[in-house]
Amino acid sequence: MLTALGTVPFFLYVAVFLLLPIAVLAVEAFRATDPVTYEETWSTDSITAITEGVYRRAYLGSLQLSLITAVLSAVLGLALAVAILRARRGRLLRRLVLTASGVLANFGGIPLAFAFIATIGTQGVVTALLQDTLGIGLGGFSLYSMTGLALVYLYFLVPLMVLTIIPALEALRPQWREAADNLGATGWQYWRYVGGPVLLPPVLGATMLLFASAFAAYATAKALVGSSVPLVTLQIADALSSNVVVGAENLGKALALGMVVVVGLVMAFYAWVQRRTQRWLA
Amino acid sequence: MTALAESVAGAGGVAPETPVRPGGRRGGAWRFGVLGLLGLYFLVPIAASVWFTVRNRGTGEFTAEHYTGIPGAEGFAESFTRSLVLAALTVLIALALMLPTVVLVNLRLPRLRTTVELLTLMPLVVPPIALVVGVRSVLAWAPDYFLDTPLAEVFFAIQEPELPWILVFVYVVLALPFVYRALDSGVRGADLRTLTEAARNLGASWPRVLLWVVLPVLRTSVLNAAFLTFALVLGEFTFANILGFETFPTWILRVSGSEPQLSVAVSVLSLVVTWMLLLLISALDRRRGTKENS
Repeated sequence: MLTALGTVPFFLYVAVFLLLPIAVLAVEAFRATDPVTYEETWSTDSITAITEGVYRRAYLGSLQLSLITAVLSAVLGLALAVAILRARRGRLLRRLVLTASGVLANFGGIPLAFAFIATIGTQGVVTALLQDTLGIGLGGFSLYSMTGLALVYLYFLVPLMVLTIIPALEALRPQWREAADNLGATGWQYWRYVGGPVLLPPVLGATMLLFASAFAAYATAKALVGSSVPLVTLQIADALSSNVVVGAENLGKALALGMVVVVGLVMAFYAWVQRRTQRWLA
Repeated sequence: MTALAESVAGAGGVAPETPVRPGGRRGGAWRFGVLGLLGLYFLVPIAASVWFTVRNRGTGEFTAEHYTGIPGAEGFAESFTRSLVLAALTVLIALALMLPTVVLVNLRLPRLRTTVELLTLMPLVVPPIALVVGVRSVLAWAPDYFLDTPLAEVFFAIQEPELPWILVFVYVVLALPFVYRALDSGVRGADLRTLTEAARNLGASWPRVLLWVVLPVLRTSVLNAAFLTFALVLGEFTFANILGFETFPTWILRVSGSEPQLSVAVSVLSLVVTWMLLLLISALDRRRGTKENS
């Protein structure tokens, strides 16, 4: 009994600094402030407001961006991981890629945005190079757009995928491949019936993780596009910094609550898929 | 959820090497394609950033002035020091909070394991910006409901712009997944049960056991957790920006308008610093791998 007391600080801390803020969000998103009397009432105004117009577009934009970047980086990261694991003289290469992944997965946010601005921004080195040599610049591509953001997000999502999927790839026993080879299976058949099903749950899990980080990314987008691209995180920041509109604060809470709900739904879906695949594998 | 937990472990450091079947005889071309393409994608922005900062656009001359100018830049010393202090405090609190918890959960209270694991994973999936909006709402209670009470004083004290303790408190939450994973793998690798039982039988109290037995045994895990947390805090932008405090990353964004080359130079430097921190971690990991054979 006494030993259980030792974990009290942890639970207390998590309750105060993690669960309480989320709970407050869930309650106060349903509050509204009267613009004239400043009286607080219960209302679903903020919740309805975020499903319409500019906020609806922001949610769709964020979902689209995170879905596309998550799937793309999952594919690229998986390909990179397979490539370095199966390279013949690849010990040095492997260590290099793994260390670089560790660094670059943590290299998000503001510095990343500036590295890309220096490269393919309006004054960027590569932009200038293409302009001088070919005279076309980037040919209609703009870093300060949804496509530009996606390109930048891959920079930390692909390394994150490599790091998260390598342990799963290493768990694929070489003997399975040898057994499949000896039984006359083609490479395709091996991946379709052996490797694929074993890898599916970890790959899905990693993709969810990528989705969550792309969905929540704020710093990079803020530094790159301000608020010209419809993204929920940018809309939340806008709503909170607005001193003009009464009730903007509540709108921000509703938008944030919506993000938590989206992530929650994704996790629930993941748990469901996980259960299905486990039953199927067993 | 367990697979997610497994995958987080990978984010913490460099995976150990295991023998893997060497490549097949045919179909190797795509590998070089993937490596070449991604190699280019990852190297070009770094090379371009360096070029951008060392070459004078007008005259075409090379200069290091943007790097030598960093220490003296307006606001740099202040915001960078603040970020360092925040990082150090976050590391201390996170370790003080998690070390006893991880040890207890592993040795005495295995039933709580799933709950603790789930709670420590939550910060990975809850968007930081949503969490910070919630934190802001709670902080707003002080002027709204608790004015002229000691609690309000506490609320205002932790929002001091010189040293915003509230950032430390929420950064600890953000660091939980990494700290928990690092410490947990350390505890599982070492035979802590025997050691702590021996210490207890010899009459040591639990705090004494933690300080003189557990901490030394887990030193590499502790260092690992500390470095990851440190790197995390140095780069954190969302909380500082939304709560309106100036830290190192928010400072970079602020100066970028007037001095674009300075901000890129600082970005390159921060990449180098992260790189060195993580190389240090992987060097420690490798040393532990050979020494303790775990």
